[in-house]
Amino acid sequence: MIEIRIHGRGGQGNVVAAYLLASAAFEEGRYVQAFPSFGAERRGAPVTAFVRIADRPIRRRCEVREPAFLIIQDEALLHVAGVLDGLRAGGGILINSNQSSDQLSNHLGQAVVALPATALATEVLGRPVPNTALLAAFLTLTGLLPHAALIKALSARFKGGVLERNASLVEQAASRVPADIWKEGDYAARA
Amino acid sequence: MQRALEGSQAIAEAVSLCRPQVVAAYPITPQTHIVENLSKLVADGVLHCELVSVESEFSAASVVLGAVAAGSRAYTASSSQGILLMSEVLFNIAGLRIPLVMTCANRAVSGPLSIWNDQQDSMSVRDAGWIQIYCADNQDAVDATIQAYRISEKCQLPVMVCVDGFTLTHTLEVLDMPTQEQVDAFLPPFEFDRRLDPDQPISIGTLVSPDFYTESRYSHHEALARAADLIVEAQRDWFAVSGRDAGGLLTSEGPADARIAILTIGSIAGTLQAAMEAFPDQPATRLIKLRAFRPFPAAALREACQDLTDLIVLERALSPGAGGIVGTEVRAALTEMDNPPKVFNFSVGLGGRDVPMETYVRLHEAVRRGGGVPFEILDVVAERLPEEA
Repeated sequence: MIEIRIHGRGGQGNVVAAYLLASAAFEEGRYVQAFPSFGAERRGAPVTAFVRIADRPIRRRCEVREPAFLIIQDEALLHVAGVLDGLRAGGGILINSNQSSDQLSNHLGQAVVALPATALATEVLGRPVPNTALLAAFLTLTGLLPHAALIKALSARFKGGVLERNASLVEQAASRVPADIWKEGDYAARA
Repeated sequence: MQRALEGSQAIAEAVSLCRPQVVAAYPITPQTHIVENLSKLVADGVLHCELVSVESEFSAASVVLGAVAAGSRAYTASSSQGILLMSEVLFNIAGLRIPLVMTCANRAVSGPLSIWNDQQDSMSVRDAGWIQIYCADNQDAVDATIQAYRISEKCQLPVMVCVDGFTLTHTLEVLDMPTQEQVDAFLPPFEFDRRLDPDQPISIGTLVSPDFYTESRYSHHEALARAADLIVEAQRDWFAVSGRDAGGLLTSEGPADARIAILTIGSIAGTLQAAMEAFPDQPATRLIKLRAFRPFPAAALREACQDLTDLIVLERALSPGAGGIVGTEVRAALTEMDNPPKVFNFSVGLGGRDVPMETYVRLHEAVRRGGGVPFEILDVVAERLPEEA
């Protein structure tokens, strides 16, 4: 079982990101679970969402405390206590940032991958919603699922031009990060 | 068909498959997505029903009471303060023997204000005279909702399907969504023999003198007791249609030779199941999932507790000044056993506090200390307490 924690802010589509990733994995025949942990229900407040992906039914419903991967939708959340806590050895951190991966890794003293997801989304979708781009990059980094599964999950939520622009964003974001660098790792937890 | 759905969407689709004619609800977190999804199903032309927008939960409950009294199948849903605000009407719905199904998306109650999950809301109306079914997962929430209509309409008692807020309502997971044909084969159209009819006017809910009120309460109590058989029957018949067994009144699973069991109500069961696999060095443990809380399945509980030495009762509410609600009722039921197990009663996960898998290990530590636990709130952090405590 792979456990993922997504940190974002209310209004950034953090919960939708968790649902999309889980739905994409379901399209590939996996068992999935995705759920949010809300702070205050308002725009801008920190929101955490969790995703579990496994080859058999998932029973546990506790929060993910030792994620294999962290997806951070807002660089400023790095100042919030506990955001990086519990990451498993061999896992990875993907951060929405305009800095380069090297700059951000040096700054944090920890290897991370940076993606200018808000900038990409603003350019392609016309809206500053970083989740589609982050998920596309995440799939490239992990090789966890084909990008087609993400587009299939997107097509259950969006239609017409919105879907087309999201698909285009998937394609652009997917090629912005190195492929499969998080593919092998001792990050799977017992299902 | 297997689908990955948010719990609220799955519940809304299950309600829609039951063909309600009137839906009235007032939005409240974490119930909101259920009503939003039902509104969408109506707007999309999938569900043909009267969707009544109301200004409060009191009105929501009143509208569905009237709708059923007039012969319509109806639905409502609420949480927390909404349940409390409609509580006066909830007692009336039950006392008037109105067959109705509602979802309680379980949430803590104020004050202090909490939007997060526990089961204080539905537990606070446990004496309203409703059937209460608690769901362990979203598959059960779907199946229980469909079963609830049949149970309710057969015994003319309302059913509250209790679903942990956020933990189930906001969790996307894989489940098998029944087809319309399956539901139609299981649930016949609603025919209410006491429906209000302008051609044969009657009054309901009128003043009842001391000459008859006792008999009204007696018959209500007896009807709830008889409903236990209908809950079991609905499960059996739904199994024939769907192939799924969520359990009738309660389920007991795990090693037959185990002498320790954990009894839970609601969605904590899954985390405990996972913990039993993750911590195999702990003593063999059975898991008892209490599905029906009203009627209280005392006989089935005693049967499930035969041969046990220790029973841990985990619940997500409490009666301040008394202790555990489920634990107290379980203890009372067990007194009729020759060799009842010792009971260890804990409240956990209050106001949305996460219940990690390690909880399972700590429960076993309590059993090893022996003696039983009358009642204890788990995970209290001493530094966060006010000075008076």
